[in-house]
Amino acid sequence: MFLNLGPSHPAMHGCFRVLLELDGERIVNATPEIGYLHRCFEKESESHTYTQVIPYTDRLNYVSPLMNNVGYCMAVEKLAAIDIPERAKWIRMLICEASRIMDHLVAVCTNLVDIGALTNYWYFFNVREMIIDWVEALCGARLTTTYTRIGGVMRDCPEKTGAHLAHCLKEMRKAIKDVEGLTKKNRILIDRTRGIGAISQKDAISYGFTGPCLRATGVDYDVRRAHPYYFYNDLNWDIPVGLEGDTYDRIFVRVEEMKQSARLIEQILERMKPGPIMISDRSVALPPKHEVYGSIEGTMAQFKLVMEGFAPPAGEVYSYTEAANGELGFYIVSDGGPKPYRIKVRPPCYAVYQAYPQLVKGHLVADAVAIMGSLNIIAGELDR
Amino acid sequence: MKEILDKLAEKFGDAIVETASFRGDETCVVRREKLLDVCRYLRDELSFDMMTDLCGADYPDRDLRFEVVYHLYSVDKAKRLRLKVRVPQTEAVVPSVCEIWKAANWFEREAFDLFGINFEGHPNLKRILCHHEFEGHALRKDYPKNRRGKVPTPDPLVDPLLCKEGEGR
Repeated sequence: MFLNLGPSHPAMHGCFRVLLELDGERIVNATPEIGYLHRCFEKESESHTYTQVIPYTDRLNYVSPLMNNVGYCMAVEKLAAIDIPERAKWIRMLICEASRIMDHLVAVCTNLVDIGALTNYWYFFNVREMIIDWVEALCGARLTTTYTRIGGVMRDCPEKTGAHLAHCLKEMRKAIKDVEGLTKKNRILIDRTRGIGAISQKDAISYGFTGPCLRATGVDYDVRRAHPYYFYNDLNWDIPVGLEGDTYDRIFVRVEEMKQSARLIEQILERMKPGPIMISDRSVALPPKHEVYGSIEGTMAQFKLVMEGFAPPAGEVYSYTEAANGELGFYIVSDGGPKPYRIKVRPPCYAVYQAYPQLVKGHLVADAVAIMGSLNIIAGELDR
Repeated sequence: MKEILDKLAEKFGDAIVETASFRGDETCVVRREKLLDVCRYLRDELSFDMMTDLCGADYPDRDLRFEVVYHLYSVDKAKRLRLKVRVPQTEAVVPSVCEIWKAANWFEREAFDLFGINFEGHPNLKRILCHHEFEGHALRKDYPKNRRGKVPTPDPLVDPLLCKEGEGR
């Protein structure tokens, strides 16, 4: 018997479809179908300047948009060999960790809701609202953040960031304690997630798994530790790793990662010092307004950058950051012009969703939903 | 990192068309005929056990119009490599590396969908991002950005499940 799940389905986290071949209630095989949210990011970026592509990156992983902004700007900066100011690096780390917490909050609580544990959703979404209030104070938007620019960030952190985030983290720790109390040793959850959708380390690596799904199998690969960028090497934090690579491990690796991100945020807030947030190279960064209105060079620089865009040297780079779901890669090919020749986004959940037929084979239909949630597939990132 | 390019040059000689190093990324362009050998060597001897990305690129001014770009990663040694293969439009066929890295499956489908590059030996080379009745290959430079396609009918999806070499089998 064939059962179609999606693309409009309450348990599909986004717009994608799976056709299951069933034998009774056991899944014999599965075929996923994606592309419902394909918005041609890569084609569009070929006709926009590098800065004009940044708003498109918000819409990739729309649950943690700031991380996409950072990943893309890092790639362009690698291509153009631009070194951003120190405070900009700290701010980018701060927004990445805050976004990681937001993404994991959604991933875990929606997964638990699909399994039937409804209360946790509110505990976690309350915390997410508090962090999103800070993001809104930071850049004016909850989802369409477009916060980073090539050469730095758009605007400095709001006042009272320290106090606001400290309050959010305190609430987050309380919420995690509540949720763990309800779920970690819960017999029903363990029966529904232990041993479900397990994958071996070798298979996970072969499929290109990265992020929490790979760490749940026991491989401690985290881009922030293997290829540190910005100041991740100077901070104290651990990489949580699972044992069996099943749904239970994927859920609780994310919960542990939230605790580690909280540690990172506290250290970042302590160590961040005041300073410039944008480089002063006028061929890359917009000049400050008093220069634009006060000097002819400023006006010309502003005009050229906005109308034509800045042109990095010809060449190609592959730049990668640890996004919430894994290694988010940007492969940018430049022909020396102001518009990118080719951008390829390497979405972490693309590699993970490929393995879905293997993960669900032999399980029940209800497990198909539990496994889907644990992989945290974000359609925006999957289809671009 | 240079050692990897040197080892490849030593072992495969002519099959390595060019190598490059830019912004810390090492690139190696390989001849299509030797692609599978090079990939197996990289996976087995040099422990590049993960393929993080595979994509196509279109350079219409060149004779070898399409380029398939592989980004490889070694989890143990934390090393990266970019491998490329160039093919002409008249014979846009590249051997599939699905048997070497399972990750290649969907990435190759995407390169086929968006560029029209055929992957020989792929178990299920169907379109993945564009709908199954789409005409043309969207990311080619000669595909106009503003073309509107027709509305598709839903894909029953049953064929790959019924065929012996479908997904998951």
